[in-house]
Amino acid sequence: MLGKLTWAAIPFDQPIPLAAGAFVVLAMCGVLIWVWAKGYIPYLWREWITSVDHKRIGIMYCLLGLVMLLRGFIDAAMMRLQQALAFHAAGYLPPEHYDQIFSAHGTIMIFFVAMPLVIGLMNFAVPLQLGVRDVAFPTLNSVGFWLTAVGALLVNLSLVVGEFARTGWLPYPPLSELTYSPGVGVDYYLWAIQISGIGTLMTGINLVTTILKMRAPGMSYMRMPIFCWTALASSLLIVAAFPILTATLAMLLLDRYLDFHFFTNVAGGNAMMFMNLIWAWGHPEVYILVLPAFGVYSEVVATFSGKPLFGYRSMVIATMAICILSFTVWLHHFFTMGAGADVNAFFGIASMLIAIPTGVKIYNWLFTMYGGRVRFSSPMLWAIGFMVTFAIGGMTGVLLAVPPADFVLHNSLFLVAHFHNTIIGGVVFGVFAGYTFWFPKAFGFTLDERLGKAAFWCWFVGFYVAFVPLYIAGLEGMTRRMQHYDRPEWHPWLLVAGLGALIIFCGIALQVMQLAISIRSRERRREPTGDPWDGRSLEWATPSPPPAFNFAVLPNVTDEEPYWSIKQQAREQMRLVTPEPHYEPIEMPRNSPVGFVTAFLAAVTGFSLIWHIWWLVVLGLACAYVTFVVFAWRDVAEFEIPAEEVAGIDRANRLARADYLRELAR
Amino acid sequence: MSGEHEFDAGSNVGEDRLPGAESATGERTLGREVRGYALGLALAVGLTAASFWVRGTDLVYGPALAVALLVLAVAQMGIHLIFFLHITTDPDNENNVLALAFGVLIVCLIVFGSLWVMEHLNHNMAPMQDLMQMQR
Amino acid sequence: MSSEAPGAAALRAPFDPHQLGNRPVGAHAPQPVTGHGAGGPAPKRIIVGYGFWIFLLSDVIMFSSFFAAYAVLFKNTAGGPTAQQLFDLHNTALETGCLLASTFTCGMASLAVGQRNQKWTQLALLATGLLGLGFITLEVREFVSLVARGAGPSRSAFLSSFFTLVGCHGVHVTAGLLWLGTMMAQFYAKGFRQDIRHRFLCFSLFWHALDIIWVAIFSLVYLVGTLPPELLP
Repeated sequence: MLGKLTWAAIPFDQPIPLAAGAFVVLAMCGVLIWVWAKGYIPYLWREWITSVDHKRIGIMYCLLGLVMLLRGFIDAAMMRLQQALAFHAAGYLPPEHYDQIFSAHGTIMIFFVAMPLVIGLMNFAVPLQLGVRDVAFPTLNSVGFWLTAVGALLVNLSLVVGEFARTGWLPYPPLSELTYSPGVGVDYYLWAIQISGIGTLMTGINLVTTILKMRAPGMSYMRMPIFCWTALASSLLIVAAFPILTATLAMLLLDRYLDFHFFTNVAGGNAMMFMNLIWAWGHPEVYILVLPAFGVYSEVVATFSGKPLFGYRSMVIATMAICILSFTVWLHHFFTMGAGADVNAFFGIASMLIAIPTGVKIYNWLFTMYGGRVRFSSPMLWAIGFMVTFAIGGMTGVLLAVPPADFVLHNSLFLVAHFHNTIIGGVVFGVFAGYTFWFPKAFGFTLDERLGKAAFWCWFVGFYVAFVPLYIAGLEGMTRRMQHYDRPEWHPWLLVAGLGALIIFCGIALQVMQLAISIRSRERRREPTGDPWDGRSLEWATPSPPPAFNFAVLPNVTDEEPYWSIKQQAREQMRLVTPEPHYEPIEMPRNSPVGFVTAFLAAVTGFSLIWHIWWLVVLGLACAYVTFVVFAWRDVAEFEIPAEEVAGIDRANRLARADYLRELAR
Repeated sequence: MSGEHEFDAGSNVGEDRLPGAESATGERTLGREVRGYALGLALAVGLTAASFWVRGTDLVYGPALAVALLVLAVAQMGIHLIFFLHITTDPDNENNVLALAFGVLIVCLIVFGSLWVMEHLNHNMAPMQDLMQMQR
Repeated sequence: MSSEAPGAAALRAPFDPHQLGNRPVGAHAPQPVTGHGAGGPAPKRIIVGYGFWIFLLSDVIMFSSFFAAYAVLFKNTAGGPTAQQLFDLHNTALETGCLLASTFTCGMASLAVGQRNQKWTQLALLATGLLGLGFITLEVREFVSLVARGAGPSRSAFLSSFFTLVGCHGVHVTAGLLWLGTMMAQFYAKGFRQDIRHRFLCFSLFWHALDIIWVAIFSLVYLVGTLPPELLP
């Protein structure tokens, strides 16, 4: 009746997961009870859970990513502690447990921290920057978000019910086959990723269509902000690469569930093909993560240098070159698997080539800063920290791209340090830059700058203290994912790395404090004009937070940086230069519970598939079909915002900006 | 609703033109559209029949058979794209063509890249017998 | 020559139509804008059509992963039966005929929808559905007979990849049939409302794309795959 699910699935005999699980369950119940007691549920349901507004969905994506960052970081801290302790000792984590932790750490960080954060920023900013009201398919956007959240839910559920995969964040066969991983761990991983993968694909389709087919009048391709170009490249990569992931994981699922032989040791299976296909997805994936971060840096560096971005055209070309080249390098993840010198040479050279467009970008950012009046606000600090850190990470990448060098360094801590260098220095710093940059726009009040800068310094210093020792230990021969070791020369480095994790923890704590304190003092931090940073692109032309319809009237774009040019004119003339527009009623898409309901059913179906509760699988799928039909049957898809309401909101913002100009005049 | 054309050939309605529909320079009648589909069907049937026939006879030089079948397949896909999916060179259709080109590029990279890589990996792989014996 | 094709004026735009050169910024030098989506957001139909087109490309890439796996594992028959021994090309020809005919009837249904003709829409859709059902029946029968002969997907890697590739296509067709039934019900219940027509546009793109994928399958898996080994590439 309940498949393989029994009471034995709950880890009553393992204190750490039991305690962690109990803590999470209690915390979640506490939050839910508080929300219910305060009467927030109708508001949350109406305004957030069923919302199809890209801004709300973007914020929810970011919230998911930030919360999962805490879980992923705790996994990391546990790993650092284990490795600091386990010199000629067993440490405190048994191997079966340690294996699950590093697998969960990687899975969560890539799929449920980095992806949601990057997608959240794209979702929030792209329609605003393009000067339109929403993405192409708002309801699809909601479905995509909730499916991603379900993936995160399943991974976290594995902590409490069952176990997680012990294969690392990419489940290589034969270890991930049923023979060697008979438990439910790999199944949790597979279904969580498959479900959230569908959500991600929906986002990719949505953003490609939005950027190519929905822009404000007059915004030709060469007038789009660079963040939109990088969002386009990233979304094209999502559309092209995620189907490969879906197909490959489906093959592994078929092996496990239906005794197929894609990757098995017997009956002609070929485990190496898994590595080949999964990395054909895996490499574009890291560019999916880093390209939007590059876009954030372009926006931030231009804004805080007070100059337009240097070399716009070369940035566009570099971005699209990275997009295409990212599909030609994947074999560098398995140079040592034995493809031979010819193949290795081709992919090695291609991997080095792909560093060139990135170099072009870095030079463009530097030349943007040169001759500008640089303001070192926290977004700019993240950007500068990125430039230093990512350059180093990129260089170690080019080093690893040399096949003979990789033969020594493959799967060592050097590799681990390299990819953390590029992901933290590139993606994480970029997400934090975007978060601090766009937070005032999203919520209407600024974040505490001092705490933000302190958090940056902790992250920056902590990163180097945590990962430079790992470079060294890797060069000294330490392999990744070691549960214990006995070489004395590695021990001091791992102790220092543990200290680095502690410093990063301080950074995270400061960020949490920053958020809490800023929310507490939000009234005093309100920014009435909607443009706290002296921005250059269209999102800064809206009030903060922007109304549901974004723009009262779609802006007419006549050049690059349309908002900046209008603003400069207004400053010169000390008055608003655009006349009050003629306000018309605006049709906006209606909210819908279909995203949440579909995701709930996906969670039920996924859970039943993991535990082999077949009747529930059928029921879940049938209900999903019914949900689609019920949704398709709705007659009213939009609602109208009356012109007076539009006028009221817009006039208030115009007044605030006029006041600001008057202040300037004094 | 905004003005719809008198004869709504295809599923093109009012101001929402299907990308690739006959542009304003041609008259869109139901007859023309049906003839378009019928021509597509005829060509597709012809090419399909040719594929099966070529496979069954000796007319094509043996080793070239696989290539011939591939070429016929690509031709059939082209017929489908033009006659049924209405891919044209209309300016509004440019993005569709670009996206298609991108997709074809990725497909080629994946399929031929995987074949190339796997061929080399398999070639360098020790025989399974020896591998199993190496296990302690 | 009374009305120019849309965008023709833009195509006669002045030198540097994409503003790639250096030019003064701001309202001081307003530039004429060419086509390519700079006239504001595109009409809904184009947006829906394009979005679904991108989805179709992603689906094609997924199929190409299965194709790549099939090509790699083609020779891994683990001592079991090979393609040449297993596949019945007559069945394949019948399946192809069904799907091709259904693509044509789907096109007819598109035209009927354009004409707002309920009767012909339902008839054409019914024909499409029946032909699709015929295809699925033939394919299921083929699979069942293969399994009965001990050539099921668990027999060898080659068979695993065959069943997955062709089966995935079959699953798509089945999902398409469910969608088709829903479309028939929607047209019947709600008439030819714009959003339902847009959904049908997506369905017809989907159905045509499935036939394109079938072209690749029957050509490569069945026709090329059953060639004698010396003629295989």
